[in-house]
Amino acid sequence: MVEPFEHAVVRHGATVLRVCRAVAGLSDGDDAWSETFLAALRAWPGLEPGTNVEAWLVTIAHRKAIDVLRARARRAVPVGDVPEGALPMVGRTDGGRDLDLWQAVAALPTKQRHCVALHHLGGLPYDEVAALVGGSAAAARRAGADGIAALRRAYGTTDGEDA
Amino acid sequence: MTHEIARDPALPRWPSGLPVPPDGDLAALQATLARRAQDDGLLDVAYRTVDAPLGPLLLAATSAGLVRVAFEVQDHERVLEDLAARVSPRVLHAPARLDGVARELDEYFAGRRRAFDVPVDLRLLAGFRHAVVEHLADIAYGRTASYAAVAAAAGSPRAVRAVGTACALNPVPIVLPCHRVVRSDGTPGQYAGGAAAKVALLELEQRVGA
Repeated sequence: MVEPFEHAVVRHGATVLRVCRAVAGLSDGDDAWSETFLAALRAWPGLEPGTNVEAWLVTIAHRKAIDVLRARARRAVPVGDVPEGALPMVGRTDGGRDLDLWQAVAALPTKQRHCVALHHLGGLPYDEVAALVGGSAAAARRAGADGIAALRRAYGTTDGEDA
Repeated sequence: MTHEIARDPALPRWPSGLPVPPDGDLAALQATLARRAQDDGLLDVAYRTVDAPLGPLLLAATSAGLVRVAFEVQDHERVLEDLAARVSPRVLHAPARLDGVARELDEYFAGRRRAFDVPVDLRLLAGFRHAVVEHLADIAYGRTASYAAVAAAAGSPRAVRAVGTACALNPVPIVLPCHRVVRSDGTPGQYAGGAAAKVALLELEQRVGA
């Protein structure tokens, strides 16, 4: 790739951050973001022109987010984390909704969370999502849809409503 | 920043009815990235812009030194693309490496500095052009030299036009003072930043040097 790397940071930084935070949580997500762009910067000169840069970055981000989580799991005493499948938080005021969203995403079962992160936040088609999380594209689509349905329940919203 | 890079449209696949996830402080993350890239030896080209009396200037540096100073009329976005193609695509907005240059430029425009002592990387020039630009700083602050005189000093008295080309391609104007090279009749001649910018720099040096 002969384009300035800064373009990739500016264009895709926000998308990559959402994917990292959805998979690894708020604080570890930020670490994963740095690891993602550092790895991407290293590989950038050798990247084929015409590559879908966003999909490439989202794939790296998914791997780095998992790496950061694993590194933490090796280091930390496992207390205080949001248990998988816990009920999403509801009933906050509008001002608190952004943080609530991340907590609701964090509370999704792992596969749903990864599928929502990769497809709805990262923009990857479900066959590519399936290649990263395992299983079939249909199963990934189901997990993504279930995840979004759970988020909708957490927010008491229906399709078509404004955020 | 004087140039805009288009961002992806926000979350085309995010279902309506759900709040849009926030981006958080991307600026802080970008600063961390620049620092870590520098530490890991991956920051091939660092750049920033500074506001100068002549308008915004783009400054870019390799690990060897200042590699580019560009005026707004030169189109900063095109300059970055040129650096990506000719030096390395590992180009990041990373102001820290340019702090020294920015400070010296401030002092220069305030009339408190007559010569720059930041390291310069002239890898964008080769041969005769490199030789000409390298010796531009021999022309003292507040003085001028004709294209013909510079050609003679470079040992090629007939290469007057080639001196003009070298000055036009000077990758680090102001810091290496191609604005001090003028026509034999004393008129300023052309300048990468525009003829008015050349006149303004010469007038600044006349005023301060007097």
